[in-house]
Amino acid sequence: MHADPKGVLTGVHFLDGDHACCEGTLAAGARFSAGYPITPSTEVVERFAARIPTVGGIFIQMEDELAASIAIQGAVWGGAKAFTVTSGPGFSLMMEHLGYASMTETPCVFVNVQRGGPSTGLPTLPAQADMMQARWGSHGDYGIIALCPNSPQECFDLTVTAFNLAEEFRVPVMMMLDECVGHMTEKVVIPEAEQIQITPRRYTKRPAGDFRLYEPQADQVPDMVRAGEGYRFHVTGLTHDDRGYPSMNVDTQDRHVRRLQDKLKPLAGPRALFEAQNLDDAEVVVVSYGITSRVAQRAIQLARQQGIRAGKFRLISAWPFPESWIAELAGRVKAFVVPELNLGQMVHEVARAASGKTKVVPVSHAGGSVHAPETILRAIVEAVR
Amino acid sequence: MNETTLEVPYEIEVEAHNPVEPFLRMDRMPHIWCPGCGIGTTVNCFTRALLDSKANLDKVAIVSGIGCTGRVAGYARLDSFHTTHGRAIPFATGLKLANPELQVVVYSGDGDLFAIGGNHFIHAARRNMDLKVICVNNLTYAMTGGQTAPTTPGQVISATSPYGVFEPAFNLVALAEAAGASYVARWTTFHVKQLARSMEEVLKKKGFCFIEVLSPCPTLYQRRNKMGDGLDTMKFYKQVSKVRHGAPTSECALTKSGQIVVGKFVDRDRPGYFELLREQMSESLGERYAEPEVVCSEC
Repeated sequence: MHADPKGVLTGVHFLDGDHACCEGTLAAGARFSAGYPITPSTEVVERFAARIPTVGGIFIQMEDELAASIAIQGAVWGGAKAFTVTSGPGFSLMMEHLGYASMTETPCVFVNVQRGGPSTGLPTLPAQADMMQARWGSHGDYGIIALCPNSPQECFDLTVTAFNLAEEFRVPVMMMLDECVGHMTEKVVIPEAEQIQITPRRYTKRPAGDFRLYEPQADQVPDMVRAGEGYRFHVTGLTHDDRGYPSMNVDTQDRHVRRLQDKLKPLAGPRALFEAQNLDDAEVVVVSYGITSRVAQRAIQLARQQGIRAGKFRLISAWPFPESWIAELAGRVKAFVVPELNLGQMVHEVARAASGKTKVVPVSHAGGSVHAPETILRAIVEAVR
Repeated sequence: MNETTLEVPYEIEVEAHNPVEPFLRMDRMPHIWCPGCGIGTTVNCFTRALLDSKANLDKVAIVSGIGCTGRVAGYARLDSFHTTHGRAIPFATGLKLANPELQVVVYSGDGDLFAIGGNHFIHAARRNMDLKVICVNNLTYAMTGGQTAPTTPGQVISATSPYGVFEPAFNLVALAEAAGASYVARWTTFHVKQLARSMEEVLKKKGFCFIEVLSPCPTLYQRRNKMGDGLDTMKFYKQVSKVRHGAPTSECALTKSGQIVVGKFVDRDRPGYFELLREQMSESLGERYAEPEVVCSEC
């Protein structure tokens, strides 16, 4: 199906990444958001608070991030498409409900505009240091999807994708912006509603009495219902069986928790989202994401000018990590260079996927600004020497 | 006189059903609660209230947090949500705002609602969110083994206060009133008729409603404090309770063995969240204001 035109601000705009992300939520059909103010993410919900009363929906500013991140899940089970928005310290508080959304397979979107950490860190300056937290921040084993836009246009496009993936896989999806992308203003083209594809919620066609809320379908994802339709269903964060009833034994735990990861496997392989350039002849590949990919672009150009065959692999879906693609490249390049605004996070995934077949060079940066292109260039030059 | 025998032309089958069974997930019985625990009694009252209120049960949702009372949602044959510790109220807030035709009941314990979840309680009351909050107050953290709660009265021995509680306890009904609740009542599990009636009342009342139900935890609270078993606690409740409708909530604090003031303390009308939202948005936006249509049956 295509987007509901009520929420789509079709046209050519000059927007920052946070505002573009907000337009993405509206185009995707989100009509509920719960938030709590935190720099540098607040502009997303400020715009939503201004826009939603004329579109027809609810924004509520909750008392904290714990409340915001669970209120959206109540709204989803009530029948809404819903999201929350935060940054570092708030993201830490939301980990509890990232786990709840994973365990209960509640489709929803968490937007994290990353800033420097740990703790209060650098409230107004960029970092990409929440990447491992996005994947592993809640306790236990589970799977999530994380998308990394590198422009305001992608903040719009990928937010729509985030909602679609959330519905398809019944999973929480993280939009991992960074302060630079969130606050950078560029041209954003919002298409006509009928050109925006929307994945509807996978509501069951089975009648009440013949429906199990956690019975996996062919793609390992269960179908869904919403409250008030007579299904009298049960949702719990406890380990549960196909009926949704608590069932705390080794077999159920194994089956359920493995499925939470396994259902996302297509995104690690054939359905991974990434941007590739000059890979055919590449001797060195720069793996990057978010704002860092735009700095890396310049470094790759400079390397090519020096006669180094540098290629680009930009992670768009960082989680699940596109490991089969990196593994394939590892067999034919001299090195991966991995710049990121942290002291080394996704580089460990690259090394894991490369599995010793090639050199993996981190280019770390503790955050607060972006890399200088020359820093990445130097790493490229040294990597192929 | 001729002797006649009464011939019955059919067989009589006797099948006994508790009238509350249709409201419970009988396929989940037996429940986990201990002998003498009061939570089941409150659930019985709740099902009576649902029955008497003639509510459309397809439109009633129940949300619990974590703990012994947190398990109530799992036994109620309603759309039911067992959420995270302390967060039943914000989950319920999202559910209600997205789908206002639902009657949303929050059913949880004192530790869940007033320690880890205390902030959410006062804010939902402040907003006068249309939620019916039932707090089973057993004065302790029972699921985890009887630790001190913010409701545990002074002098009480608990797993984490082996020499007696010295922190002052919350007076829940005063807190609820101060935060803005539209309806505030307290009963004990001895007062089953009154409790069921209060529950029925809140199912028909708009706004943020709060019922505190004192309930025994013979396994962890009463035993550790040499207060007897479940039956002894019923006798205790009977002996020390005093019905005082409209009593000032500030005078209703609980102590270890003193008087328990019960009754309906607050029943007032404040504008609800949706009323205020609509009023403000209509005033500011006029014709441009669009009524929330959050549920999308197509998408």
